[in-house]
Amino acid sequence: MRASVDAAESLDHLQASFSRKLMQRGGAAPAGLTPPKRFRVYRNNVFASLINALRARYPVIERLTGEDFFKTAAGHFIEAHPPRSPVLIDYGEGFSDFLASFEPAGALPYLADVARLEWLRHRAYHAADREALRSSDLARAPSDRVFALKFEFHPSAALVDSSYPIVSIWETNAHDAETRPIGPDLAGEAALVVRPDYDVQNVRLDEAEHAFATALAQGATLGEAAAKGAEFDGFNLTPALAKLITAGAFCSFAFSPSEPGDPRHV
Amino acid sequence: MLAVQHAGQHWLASIPARAGIELKPEHMRAIMQTLPDIGWFEVHAENYMGAGGPPHRFLEWVRERYPLSIHGVGLSIGGAGPLDKPHLKRLRALIDRYEPGLFSEHLAWSTHEGVYFNDLLPLPYTAETVAHVAAHVDEAQCALGRQILIENPSTYVAFDACEMGETEFLSELARKTGCGLLLDVNNIYVSAANHGFDADEHLDAFPAKHVKEIHLAGHFEAETDEDGRLLIDAHDGPVRDAVWSLYARALRRTGPLPALIEWDNDIPDFETLQSEAEKAERLLNAQRRPGHARLR
Repeated sequence: MRASVDAAESLDHLQASFSRKLMQRGGAAPAGLTPPKRFRVYRNNVFASLINALRARYPVIERLTGEDFFKTAAGHFIEAHPPRSPVLIDYGEGFSDFLASFEPAGALPYLADVARLEWLRHRAYHAADREALRSSDLARAPSDRVFALKFEFHPSAALVDSSYPIVSIWETNAHDAETRPIGPDLAGEAALVVRPDYDVQNVRLDEAEHAFATALAQGATLGEAAAKGAEFDGFNLTPALAKLITAGAFCSFAFSPSEPGDPRHV
Repeated sequence: MLAVQHAGQHWLASIPARAGIELKPEHMRAIMQTLPDIGWFEVHAENYMGAGGPPHRFLEWVRERYPLSIHGVGLSIGGAGPLDKPHLKRLRALIDRYEPGLFSEHLAWSTHEGVYFNDLLPLPYTAETVAHVAAHVDEAQCALGRQILIENPSTYVAFDACEMGETEFLSELARKTGCGLLLDVNNIYVSAANHGFDADEHLDAFPAKHVKEIHLAGHFEAETDEDGRLLIDAHDGPVRDAVWSLYARALRRTGPLPALIEWDNDIPDFETLQSEAEKAERLLNAQRRPGHARLR
């Protein structure tokens, strides 16, 4: 037993020093290695493999910034926020916040929001599979209580908005061999990201639809959310709700507990 | 009747002594359209730890049609700290869901103080480390409810603290824990070149009786420097001729075993991988012919 405790201590010491040096790019190798120069192979492997993981998550950011810039930015991100889990599917959520404060990216103010959209698409891709709610399901709700409905969002669904045209920027960079110019006067855009079945979708939302959907996502009743949407011109509840349902935004609904009768999932 | 069904399922789950291919999402269409005659597939466990989505649908489709092996890359069995319990739980859930014929991990560490480096980092080969790693292998085998295979690593540095060779370390580990071994022939070739030892001798000293699976992959030859040849275990190309020769030598010691083609970077079309698998299978079949006694 004693031997095993000692082993863990000396191994811990060795791995602590190895780990520290791994993350110091350009630094010396830890002591006790032959040949010391080849320690750099491990450092390269760590950074190259994690940069590749981020490239797979953020292909549009890479296209917008260019390969070299992306590698530099990703390298700084990895140093500041290395993975804390071997499940790399979960790694890189903080990259958009990092880009927002990454000075060399200052000339591309929309970058962080496009990164947020890419993360939500990645998240949607791996989210749990659930059957999406259909409009025919809603027909079972008693019409006199429809404003008390609350919706459970699909596990893949998320809302994103920006003061930049991030959906247009994403689309042209994700799909077009030659990107379309996005006018500097274009308004901000919002979207519902969702994967009701196999493919992840960006469903564009206008300001009113986004306010409405955000309220629903925060747990508002249909009536409360409609009031949020109606703060904007041209909001029309029925098509707005139909758009979200058709997109596959929800997987169930229930009645607000404050209403008479038990809350009921359908 | 129940017993027969059970035996049938067991047979379906076990990995045949044929060539297998590492499953890549890039090849989903080709595989689903052609239903290729491949002995089995292997996946990296951590790539299937999302809650749902296309990766699981594809893997379920594959699992219904082919034997499947799961290869972990993130358990950090050689880590000085305790094993990651939530990760063991995730592995167990994946194993329960897909019932792979084999589960393997690496003689390496990849996590320290909670930071995951996404690389297979080397260990000092000492009696103390054997005891420590063996305790982790025991723990993993208990948590996963099955035997696991441990793969020999490719290494670029050696620790001055080493007291024994890698083959001796692996023999001890298998003896203490009852784990099986995964013999990565390319790793032997890469490590031998990098450290200036003889790959044939290293292979001949490998504890063949514990080997249950073989890995084959391409490596990248970096420039030779004052420390000698430098090979990188890049999995970025076809298996090199020298590694095929070493594989044939390995087969003479182990007899026919499941052999996997790994290709992780610069991934080619599926036909290229199939032709690599066919090459591996030709060598396997040569070993099956009468007169080729299994030497152990």
